[in-house]
Amino acid sequence: MSTVPDTTTKIRFAGDGTAFDVTGVQWIINPWDELSLTRALQLKEESNGAIEKVTVISVGLKETEPVIRKALAIGADEAIRIDTAPLDAYFVAKQIAGSIKDDGFDIVLCGIDSSDYNGSLVGGMLAEFLGIPSVSSISALNIENGEVSVNREIDGGKEVLSVELPFVAIIQKGVALEPRIPSMRGIMMARKKPLNVKAPVEADSLTEMISFEQLPAKAACKMVEEDNVKELVDLLHSEAKVI
Amino acid sequence: MEEKKRLMGGEFLLKETNAEDIFIPEDMDEEQQMIYKTCQGFLETEVYSMLDRIDDQEEGLMRSLLQKSGELGLLGVAVPEEYEGFDQSFVTSMLASEAMGAGYSFSVAYSAHTGIGTLPILYYGNEAQKQKYLPKLVSGEWPAAYCLTEPNAGSDANAGKSKAILSDDGKHYILNGQKMWITNGGFADVQTVFAKIGTDRVLSAFIVESSWPGIVINPEEKKMGIKGSSTVQIFYNDVKVPVENLLGRQGQGFRIALNILHMGRLKLGGTVLGAAKKTITQSVNYANERKQFGRFIGSFEAIKYKLAEQVIQTFITESTVYRTSGYVDEAITELIAQGKEKPQATIEGIAQYALEAALLKVFGSEALNYVVDEAVQIFGGMGFSAETDVDKAYRDSRINRIFEGTNEINRLLVADTTIKKALKKGFDLVRYAKHIIKEMNGAEEAVEPTGYFEEKRTYIRNFKRIALLLLGIVSDKFQRQLFEEQMILFNISDIIMNLYTAESTLLRVEKIENNKGGDYASIYKDILDVFVYDTAEFIHKSGCDAINSLEEIEEQEVMRERIRKYTTVAPVNIKNARTRIADKLIEDNKYNF
Ligand SMILES: Cc1cc2nc3c(=O)[nH]c(=O)nc-3n(C[C@H](O)[C@H](O)[C@H](O)COP(=O)(O)OP(=O)(O)OC[C@H]3O[C@@H](n4cnc5c(N)ncnc54)[C@H](O)[C@@H]3O)c2cc1C
Repeated sequence: MSTVPDTTTKIRFAGDGTAFDVTGVQWIINPWDELSLTRALQLKEESNGAIEKVTVISVGLKETEPVIRKALAIGADEAIRIDTAPLDAYFVAKQIAGSIKDDGFDIVLCGIDSSDYNGSLVGGMLAEFLGIPSVSSISALNIENGEVSVNREIDGGKEVLSVELPFVAIIQKGVALEPRIPSMRGIMMARKKPLNVKAPVEADSLTEMISFEQLPAKAACKMVEEDNVKELVDLLHSEAKVI
Repeated sequence: MEEKKRLMGGEFLLKETNAEDIFIPEDMDEEQQMIYKTCQGFLETEVYSMLDRIDDQEEGLMRSLLQKSGELGLLGVAVPEEYEGFDQSFVTSMLASEAMGAGYSFSVAYSAHTGIGTLPILYYGNEAQKQKYLPKLVSGEWPAAYCLTEPNAGSDANAGKSKAILSDDGKHYILNGQKMWITNGGFADVQTVFAKIGTDRVLSAFIVESSWPGIVINPEEKKMGIKGSSTVQIFYNDVKVPVENLLGRQGQGFRIALNILHMGRLKLGGTVLGAAKKTITQSVNYANERKQFGRFIGSFEAIKYKLAEQVIQTFITESTVYRTSGYVDEAITELIAQGKEKPQATIEGIAQYALEAALLKVFGSEALNYVVDEAVQIFGGMGFSAETDVDKAYRDSRINRIFEGTNEINRLLVADTTIKKALKKGFDLVRYAKHIIKEMNGAEEAVEPTGYFEEKRTYIRNFKRIALLLLGIVSDKFQRQLFEEQMILFNISDIIMNLYTAESTLLRVEKIENNKGGDYASIYKDILDVFVYDTAEFIHKSGCDAINSLEEIEEQEVMRERIRKYTTVAPVNIKNARTRIADKLIEDNKYNF
């Protein structure tokens, strides 16, 4: 699970544009991870005790704990925080793999990407480091009579796969409808649930951030009457200069 | 560790306090923030997509929304655990009210249910009543209403004609009467009904179930705003109320009603904050999108003024709401430590701050009125269109100046309570006024304040002198006739209201600076600068209005001079300050102060 800036955050860069300026930023659970968590909790509830527990794991410094506790408040049974800044996808996947390889697990659910850097890399790398299969772009994840099946979005259709455990499920839209809101009871219980802090494992980061740039300011939207194709074409040609 | 020094209710006029001794919103802990976000999440997922259906009062919808919020535990924030609630502090329940305040009509149903609906039973119910009703109120299975107002008993709530007569076998009260303007009345299962027993001159309170025979509920009132909130008249025709459903003691009804109102007034201060913040975000979103003359309208100074002022009014209200809520929590804790049971401690704790509650009710509702009015203006023609949310916000805001005691009644209460509190504390207002007048004639104390906050503190100290001076003069002049002098009393209430809110903001900004440094605090200092500057002018006018309204008073001229001196503040470049506030809002594109 990764901690990302709230989607309405105004993104600013510090000083020379090499770092993201975090002042005043509100942090949230990465929306894809939140969907993954929601589905994991649903599966647990439907499993009549067959699923023993749902653990969230996150790589991040102490400041991320409020967001992790939100995951506990939503319903996760326990949490692990690996106490280091998440440098890049390779580094994060190494950390998670290092932490969980000896713990028993059946399914690792992770979001298809994180809404801040959009790398879409951690899930695949993690499976590789763990030496287990992964399935990407999962839009449905079901367990029936102990059989796990997933739906994948593919070009022009959908693919249904049955999978063997353990595996890494890389989750996208559709797997659950709405993320859950923590209830008062959940919030009160979160403080009693374990949030274990683990030391990081040795790992390199393979990327270096050179600079960030702001997107050019959004230009105002121009409305063209629906039957005025000529004006549209003219504008696309002379103003937008795309045709 | 040094103990926190809490100002008792009304003491702010006579004493000063340290920034470290007040609660500010920035002190919210992680759990409180999570609760706030849960309420927001609830509105976003369940309420905002339904606003039109809610306003059409679709059958069963509001009831089911209340129930859904109950499933999340949001109807039981302040209720003890033994009745399925979460026993949170007053500040936390205030926070939930604030968040829900952004929910238009739902917010009214929610406040009525959790406030005037649930609290009479929570605070005055006996064990059996609490066991029977509270868990179902907390889950939302039984929505609740509060029935005080009657056709001939509005502001004068004690004038109600509803009657309860003990049956011959002593097992029931036979209830007859008519209530009007009852929020949630159309679907509530449980009502707190006020009526006089037998020949009593004072009210008693009863827990009544809507399903009992003899209760007739009129169709929904057609209203200007909060159209989705149920508001009905209810008739009681020989309704048999079991004697065990008397709430509190016989004749205790008016006290119950008053204490519940104190709470409701404080909470209203929180509720308007949620609505104001949402409306400000909508205003700035629009100002950042709409272009005229080739520019975003947010780049025009006229619009920046409005945006900045919306923020200022909201921030000031917020500072005052949480300072006062923090006091209430401390008072409750102290009373419990002295051996009081929690319900009793809560009632007393809140009642201690009745003056602040009345003041916040007025200030908060008028702040929200400003915010929604300018929101419509920022939206231009679109603001007048019934299809935008700001149209709804504008209409919905208006009720806040009317219910929970009209703003007139609450303004009177501010002056009245201040005088009573002074008397009770043995503070001689008349002597104080004479002292100030003498001081006027004698040597002027000329201490130059040092430092930003010290300077502001001096101003507020002076504002307090004006309030006390005027109170002393009018108490002396009008004696028992004082409460007929509403115009003058309103001037004085306005002064008290503005200096308390200004002081609360001063202390908050100082605490922010102490915690986070001067750079971080600078935008908040802009807010404080503009408000204190405006307040000084306003207090000058209100003070002079009061003095000029007095006939045959010696030394009117010297008093005006004194008021001028006590309201003289250093000039501020208010245009630059407002511009910076607006620019931050525009940059963030949401209320983020
Ligand atoms: C939408 C809505 C929901 C409501 N919900 C509830 C509810 O759930 N339960 C409930 O019991 N009541 C409820 N009320 C009633 C509400 O509390 C009363 O409307 C309010 O107290 C004012 O009473 P009134 O309407 O009779 O006005 P009045 O008392 O007739 O007042 C009319 C005007 O005269 C002024 N006035 C009255 N007396 C004085 C005075 N002594 N000095 C100076 N000015 C004075 C008032 O300020 C006002 O401006 C609701 C009302 C509305 C509109």
